[in-house]
Amino acid sequence: MPEQLLFAVEVTLNGLMAGVMYALVALGFVLIFKASGIFNYAQGVMALFAALTLVGLQNGQIPFAHLINAIFGTKLHHFGWHMPAVLAILLAAGVMVILAILVERYLLKHLVNQEPIILFMATIGLAYFMEGIGDLMWGSDIKKMDVGLPQGGSFWIEENTQWLGFGNENFYGFFLDQLDIVATVIAAILVAGLVIFSQYTKQGRAMRAVADDHQAALSVGISLRFIWVLVWSIAGFVALVAGIMWGAKSGVQFSLSLIALKALPVLMLGGFTSIPGAIVGGLIIGVGEKLFEFSIGPLVGGATENWFAYVLALIFLVFRPQGLFGEKIIERV
Amino acid sequence: MFYREAGDFKTSYADDNQTFPIRFDRVRYYVVLAVAFGIIPFIINDYWANAVFVPFLIYAIAAIGLNILTGYCGQVSLGTGGFMAVGAYACYKLMTGFPEISIVLHILGAGFVTAGVGVLFGLPSLRIKGFYLAVATLAAQFFLVWLFNKVPWFYNNSASGQISAPERTVFGVPVTGANTDAWAKYLICLVFVVVLAWLARNLTRGTLGRSWMAIRDMDIAAEIIGVNPLRAKLTAFAISSFFVGIAGALFFSVYLGAVEVGEVFGINKSFLVLFMIILGGLGSIFGSFAGAAFLVLLPVLLKNILVGQLGWATDLAAHIELIIVGGLIMVFLIIEPHGLAQLWRIAKEKLRLWPFPH
Amino acid sequence: MKMKIATLAVGAVMAAAPAMADLVFPSLSYRTGPYAAGGIPFADGYADYFTLLNERDGGIGGVPTRLVECETGYNTEKGVECYEATKGEGSLVYQPLSTGITYQLIPKTAADGIPLHTMGYGRTSAANGKVFGNVFNYPANYWDGASIAVNHLLDLNGGDIGGKKISLVYHNSAYGKEPIRTLEELSKKHGFDFKAIPVDHPGQEQKSQWLQIRRERPDYVLMWGWGVMNQVAIQEAANIRFPMENFIGIWWSGSENDVLPAGDGANGYKSLALHGTGSNYPIYTDIQKFVVDAGKAAGAGDQIGTVLYSRGMYAAMLAAEAVKKAQAIHGTGDITPAQMRDGMEALEISAETLEANGMPGFGPEFSVSCENHGGPGLGMVQQWDASAQSWSLITDFIGSDKDVIGPLIAEDSAAFAAENNISERCN
Repeated sequence: MPEQLLFAVEVTLNGLMAGVMYALVALGFVLIFKASGIFNYAQGVMALFAALTLVGLQNGQIPFAHLINAIFGTKLHHFGWHMPAVLAILLAAGVMVILAILVERYLLKHLVNQEPIILFMATIGLAYFMEGIGDLMWGSDIKKMDVGLPQGGSFWIEENTQWLGFGNENFYGFFLDQLDIVATVIAAILVAGLVIFSQYTKQGRAMRAVADDHQAALSVGISLRFIWVLVWSIAGFVALVAGIMWGAKSGVQFSLSLIALKALPVLMLGGFTSIPGAIVGGLIIGVGEKLFEFSIGPLVGGATENWFAYVLALIFLVFRPQGLFGEKIIERV
Repeated sequence: MFYREAGDFKTSYADDNQTFPIRFDRVRYYVVLAVAFGIIPFIINDYWANAVFVPFLIYAIAAIGLNILTGYCGQVSLGTGGFMAVGAYACYKLMTGFPEISIVLHILGAGFVTAGVGVLFGLPSLRIKGFYLAVATLAAQFFLVWLFNKVPWFYNNSASGQISAPERTVFGVPVTGANTDAWAKYLICLVFVVVLAWLARNLTRGTLGRSWMAIRDMDIAAEIIGVNPLRAKLTAFAISSFFVGIAGALFFSVYLGAVEVGEVFGINKSFLVLFMIILGGLGSIFGSFAGAAFLVLLPVLLKNILVGQLGWATDLAAHIELIIVGGLIMVFLIIEPHGLAQLWRIAKEKLRLWPFPH
Repeated sequence: MKMKIATLAVGAVMAAAPAMADLVFPSLSYRTGPYAAGGIPFADGYADYFTLLNERDGGIGGVPTRLVECETGYNTEKGVECYEATKGEGSLVYQPLSTGITYQLIPKTAADGIPLHTMGYGRTSAANGKVFGNVFNYPANYWDGASIAVNHLLDLNGGDIGGKKISLVYHNSAYGKEPIRTLEELSKKHGFDFKAIPVDHPGQEQKSQWLQIRRERPDYVLMWGWGVMNQVAIQEAANIRFPMENFIGIWWSGSENDVLPAGDGANGYKSLALHGTGSNYPIYTDIQKFVVDAGKAAGAGDQIGTVLYSRGMYAAMLAAEAVKKAQAIHGTGDITPAQMRDGMEALEISAETLEANGMPGFGPEFSVSCENHGGPGLGMVQQWDASAQSWSLITDFIGSDKDVIGPLIAEDSAAFAAENNISERCN
C-alpha cells in the first residue's frame, strides 16, 4: 500500500479515538439537555471540578487550605494520606452527587418552567461560581492525574501492523495511544450502562418520561426534582470520567474547563437530545478535523482543527437542521 | 413617587409612541446625558477612563449590537468576538491605508465591512434555527480568528503579528495612540454610544424592529402574515454586525491600542457579550447597558473593595470575586429571571403606583 | 500568611500616606486563570526578593521597597486596569509578563515615562534602544532563544547540522510565531530543513501535530508553547516515543509544571534556561532565614527553588541592581521612574554583583547601553531528570548568532519607528 494511504488510515483511526474523547464531554451535555432542556454551560467546569476533587482526595489535600491559612495564619496543606484510586473515584463521584443535590435545591428548584435561555444563564452563574470554588478549594497549580491508566503508543499494535507497509521504511506501523483505547472502552461501557439504565430500570424509564414531557410525567407521579438530581448526578459522573481522561493527558489544571469547547460542534452535529448522536457526532468531528488537517492543513498553514470542526457541523446542519439524530422539528402556527 | 401620573391622557400617537412616556424618565435621561457630556469629561482621569468608562461604553455598543440580533430577532450568536475582530482589523487596515481620512470614518467603515461579513455568516440562519444556529456563528468565530492570525496582510506583515493603532486626531485632538487624554477617549466612545443607542432604539420600534420581533416570536407565523424572513434575518445580522464591528474598532483603536486577535477577540469575548445581554435583559436597550455595567464594573468594584480596601491577597480576592459574580447571577435569576432590565421595569411599575398599589 | 495580609493592610495605609519615601514595584501577577500555575511561582519569587531586601538590608540604599501586587489573570483588559491603578503610586518599573499586556504598555509607558522590563518575552525588537527608549528586554529575547537552541544543536553535532530536519511546534499566536523568521534565516545559513507546525490555542488536542512528527521523524523538535499546550506536547512526545533529549522547549516551556504531569515519560526533556535553577545558591539561606522563617513568604510559600520562582527572583534582582545604579547616578535614595530608566540603561551585572547577591553564576554577566537594551542574548540548556524530579543545567551560557538576529531587529524596529514617527536616540 502506498504510504500516504496508510498514513490516512492512521489519521482516521486516531481521529476516531479523538472523537470518542470529544463524545465523552458531549455526553454530559446531552444527558442534562435531554432531561431538563438545560444547556449546561457549566459542564466543562464540572469536569475540572470533578478532576480536581479526585486528585485532591487522592493526595490528601486539605480543601480551602490556602484560604484557611490566610485567615488563621496556619500552615495546613495535607492530611497526609494517599488514597487508592478506586476509593478516590468513588468519593469524587459522591461529591458530584452532593453537588447535584445542591444545584437542584438552591438553583433549579427556583427556576422550574423558565425559558431555556434563562436556565442557560443560570448555568453560566454556576460555572463562574464553581470556577472560583474549585480554585479556592484545591489551588491553581497543575496536578498529575494518576489513577493507573496506561499511556503511550501501543507497541503491540505498532508491531503487528508494520507488515502493512510491505517493507516501506517510512511506515512504522499504526500509532494508537493506549489511553485513547481505554477511553473508547470506557465510553462504550458508559453508553451501554446508560442505555440499560434508561431502558430497563424504573428510574431510567422515569427519566425518559420526563425527557418526553414534564407535565405528563408529573401527572403520573414522577418526582421531577428527584429526576433532576439523578440526571445531574449522572452528568457529574460523566464529567468525572471526561476529567480523568483529559486530565491524564494534560495534568489537572484550569484549562480542563475549556474541553467544553471541543464538545460544542459535536453537540451541534449529533443533536442535543441524542446519546448515540453524541457518539456518532464525536466520531465524525474527530475524523473530519484530523483528515482535513492531514490533507488540506499543510496547504493553508495548519492549525485548522478548531474552526473546521464547526464548518463540518455547519455543512451537516444545512442539510439536517435538527442535527443528525435530533428530533425532527415540527413547527405549527 | 417620582413616577406619579394621574392616568393615561395621551392625545396623539406621537405622545403614545415616545421612548420615555413618563416625564421623570425623560428628565432623568437628559440629566444622565448632561452629566455624561457636561461633567464627567472634566473630572475623568486615566484610571476611570481606561478601567471603567471606556470598556463599559464599548461593551455597551457590542451588547446593543448582539441584542438586536439575539434579543430582538431571536437569532443566537456566538460569533461576537470574531465580528469584533473584523471591525478591529478593518479599522486597522483603513487607518494605515488611508491615514489622511478622519478616524471617525474609519470606524464607521469598519462597521460596514463587519456588516458585510455578518450577512455572509448569517445566511445559514435561513435554514438552521435555535441553539443549532450558534454553530454557524461559532464557525465564524474560530475561522475569523484563525484567518487574522494566519494571513500577514491583515497585520501589515509586522514581525510581531500584533496590530497597533497609530495616533489619529479628531478636530486636532488625539483620540488614538498613547498620547490620548482620558477625556478624549471617553468622549469619542460616548458620542458613538449615544448615536448608536439612539439609532438602535428607533430602529427597533420601527417597521424593521417589528419584523425582527415577529420573526423572533414565531418565524412561520411571521412569514404567513407577510414578513419576509430573508430580509428580516439578514438585516438583523447586518445591523447587529455593524454595531459589533464599531465596538471592535473602538476596542482596538481607542481602548487597547494594540491587539492580538486570539487573545483579545477569542471565544471568551463572544460568551462575555452574550452573558451581558442575557443578564441585562434580552430585547432591551437599557438591558444592554445594565448587563455591560454588571460584568465590566462589578469585577473592578469587587477588586477594589477586596484588595484595595480590605487588603486581601490578590489571588484569594480573584477567586472570591468569581464566586460573588457567579452567586449574584444566580441570585438575580431566582429573584427575576428576565434580567436586570425587567427588574428595573418592575421597580418602575411599583413606583408608578406607589403608595396606592391597587 | 496572616502576617502577609496584615502587611498588605499596612501597605494600603501607607498608600494613603504618600509622604513616606519608598521604592514602588508593581507586580502584575497572574495567580488565577488558565496560566496560574506559571504565574504563581514568578510572583512569589518577585515578591520574596523584595521582602528579603527590606528585611535584610532595610531596602535598597536605605530606602524600603514596596511591592504593589495586582492580579491580571493574564488578561489584557485586566492588565490595563492594573497599570492604570498602580502607575500613580510612583511605580518604578513594569514587568507585564504577558505578550498582550506588553504591547499595550509599550506606548503607554513611553507616554508616562515609566520603564518597562520584559525579561525573555514581549517585543523582541525592543532590544534596539535607539528606537525603544524605555523598554528593556535584557538578558535575552525569543530570537536569541531560537538561535541559542540551534547553536546548542550545532555543539551537539560538531558544528554541522546540514541536512538535519528540525521542526518547530508552536502556539499559534504572536508569541509562538516569534522564532519562525529567525529559524528560517538560520536554516538557510546552516542548511537544515526547517518546518513549523502550529498548535491552536489552547492546545489540549495535539494528535494531528504529533502524528505528523511521527511520520516525518525530524531529528530535533523545538517548542514554543505556553499553558496547557506544554504539558500535552510533552505527553504526546512521550507517547510517540520521540527521543526526549532531542526535544527542546523555550524557557517558557521549561518549568516543573510542564514536565511533572507526564511523569517518567518526560525524562530527558530539555529546555532553554535564562538563569540558574534549583536551590543550591547562597541566597536561599537568606531567603529561608529572613523571609520564610519570618513568616513573610509570598503566596503559599511552596514554590521556592522552582524554575519560575528563580525567574521572578532574577527579575527582581535585576530591578534592584538598576535601582542601585540609578541611586548612584542621581545621588538620591528615593528615585523617580525616569531615574530608574537611566539606572536600567547603565546597568552592569558582573560576576561580583551576582556573587554579592548570593547568586553566583545564576545569570550572565552583561551591561546595558543606550543602543543595546537587549543584553548579551545568552542562555543555557537545562534537562529534566524525572527520577530526581529536578532540572539540571547541562551547558554553560551559549551565545546567539548576532549576525542573523541583528539585521532582523534593526528591520523590525525601523518599521516601528517609521509607523510611530520616532527619531533615533543615542546619536
